[in-house]
Amino acid sequence: MSRAGLINLALFAMLPLTAGAALMLDEPFIITLATKVAILALAGVGLNIALGLGGLVSLGHAAFFGIGGYAMGILASHAQSFTPLMQAPFLIEGTKSMPVIWLVAVIAGALAALAIGALSLRTTGVYFIMITLAFGQMLYYFAISWPAYGGEDGLSIWVRNGFPGLNTLDPIQFFAIAFVLLALALWGAGRLAASPFGLALQAARQNAERVETVGLSPYRLRLVAFVISGAVTALAGALFADLNRFVSPTMLSWQMSGEIMIFIILGGVGRLYGPVAGAALFILLEHVLGGLSDFWHVYLGLLLLLVVLFARGGLIGALAGREVAHD
Amino acid sequence: MSVILLIEQVLNGLQSGVMLFLMAAGLTLIFGVMGLINLAHGSLYMVGAFAAAAVAGATGSFVLALIASLVAAAAAGAVVELTVIRRLYDRDHLDQVLATFALILIFSEGTRWLFGSFPLFLDIPDALAGPVMLPGGIQYPLYRLVIIGVGLLVAIGLFQLIARTRIGIRIRAGESDREMIAALGVDISKLYTIVFALGAALAGLAGALVGAIQSVQVGMGEPVLILAFVVIVIGGIGSIKGALVGALLVGLTDTLGGVLLPGFFATFMEASAATALGSSLASMSIYILMAGVLIFRPTGLYGSR
Repeated sequence: MSRAGLINLALFAMLPLTAGAALMLDEPFIITLATKVAILALAGVGLNIALGLGGLVSLGHAAFFGIGGYAMGILASHAQSFTPLMQAPFLIEGTKSMPVIWLVAVIAGALAALAIGALSLRTTGVYFIMITLAFGQMLYYFAISWPAYGGEDGLSIWVRNGFPGLNTLDPIQFFAIAFVLLALALWGAGRLAASPFGLALQAARQNAERVETVGLSPYRLRLVAFVISGAVTALAGALFADLNRFVSPTMLSWQMSGEIMIFIILGGVGRLYGPVAGAALFILLEHVLGGLSDFWHVYLGLLLLLVVLFARGGLIGALAGREVAHD
Repeated sequence: MSVILLIEQVLNGLQSGVMLFLMAAGLTLIFGVMGLINLAHGSLYMVGAFAAAAVAGATGSFVLALIASLVAAAAAGAVVELTVIRRLYDRDHLDQVLATFALILIFSEGTRWLFGSFPLFLDIPDALAGPVMLPGGIQYPLYRLVIIGVGLLVAIGLFQLIARTRIGIRIRAGESDREMIAALGVDISKLYTIVFALGAALAGLAGALVGAIQSVQVGMGEPVLILAFVVIVIGGIGSIKGALVGALLVGLTDTLGGVLLPGFFATFMEASAATALGSSLASMSIYILMAGVLIFRPTGLYGSR
């Protein structure tokens, strides 16, 4: 096995080992942190499908993250107040069942990504960055000004949603759910990258004109990637809202988009396991530096600056020793 | 809806439009000349506002405060350009986004460190305080009128600078062919620093002028930055004229949408629902405008590439 492969394996094993050790030592807070890492890494894996494979620098992925969060918040708040979501033309009830919520979150995220992607992908480069950012802001302001679901204050859910056969309020069981979903997403993203579609997508990133001359549409490839990416990020959003039992417009804010992107960069661009390493490093920094100083974002900023300017391979690149081929 | 209220709102829209222009002009110049997307432009806006508030608090002079905002933002811009930004010109947009995002984190938290989390207040000078009577019996705050005037003057000055001066010629030459003007003996890295500092100074001035109406606080720059992005997308990246037209369009849409849409829905809906729907749609109106422009002109109204 190559060195990068070993590092990936170690990274992957690190989460359940940490959570297991915390369970033995009876430190539920550490388990919650590991859960947070798994969920944020899942959001990063989602963005990485658009960013790493497709080369689409989306600065609006918080939109999908927040849509997933609100899918959970809206369904669960109707279930906890026993009011139907809508009555005409047909009755839709709220739900406290995780699988149903995930399905709704994924579909809502995919539809939003389809709409935003269809418009944004008409452009490239800097325009694309600015437009995805602007659409993200649009949803953010919409969530703030729409009073039905808490507006600026957000929505609190009293009890975590249920999963058949599991007690989700037990930290280690909820961690297991998040980790299995992360593992599935990593497996899926790996398969996607190696599939004919993934190869065509990467070719479109490297040279769109050539892809077009062999009869493939870069626009369509990118749109499909963007939709998949949005759906995965929305799933992460639903889990994140369930972790906190709270959803607010902050999940839609552009700082959130920036943070999801930071996970990918800290871990290493173009690496399947980059978001896992990046999210773990981010949470670690938040707790180590955050304990030292209230202004830990200064250090995060400096670190990010150094990684971007001097260590482009990120954490995995530094550990694996050799950079992946850049194009 | 009375005509007087409508005219007041149009003036408010113009006022926010010209301030957006000051932000967008710098962004679009920096992109046009150096090909750089600068997320930290909002931080320079904040630096200008804080410098103005600090100097006004110490000396009580609004003129000195404005000068301080220009100098502080230009200096911060020059320092950032020399230390970080110039390493980014040859990088892809992803690196530029991340590095300038990192700069935002550093600027925001650094400012919080220096000035604390509470907002500062920058008072409107006495000479400009109070309303003024416009023809037709409309009362309007004098300070806002002055802002519109200052913004338009700066716009004219900027157009003259680009069109008529030697530095303007170099900027335009740098936009069309940077290798060629470097070969002709122009110090291109100095030119880049000057353009960046100029854009920063414009942002800082806008921050100080707006800071007197709103409060001066950490994070004040980012909402304006994103609006300025919308302006540039609408106007076309690299075009100062596009920035002006886009800024006025966005300013007017944003202000008038907030006033007119709830009223429009109230004509056929129940009042509270109309307010909710109207205000949510109003908060989205400029993005809808942007989407509309994109469908018909993917490179913006005056964009070439």
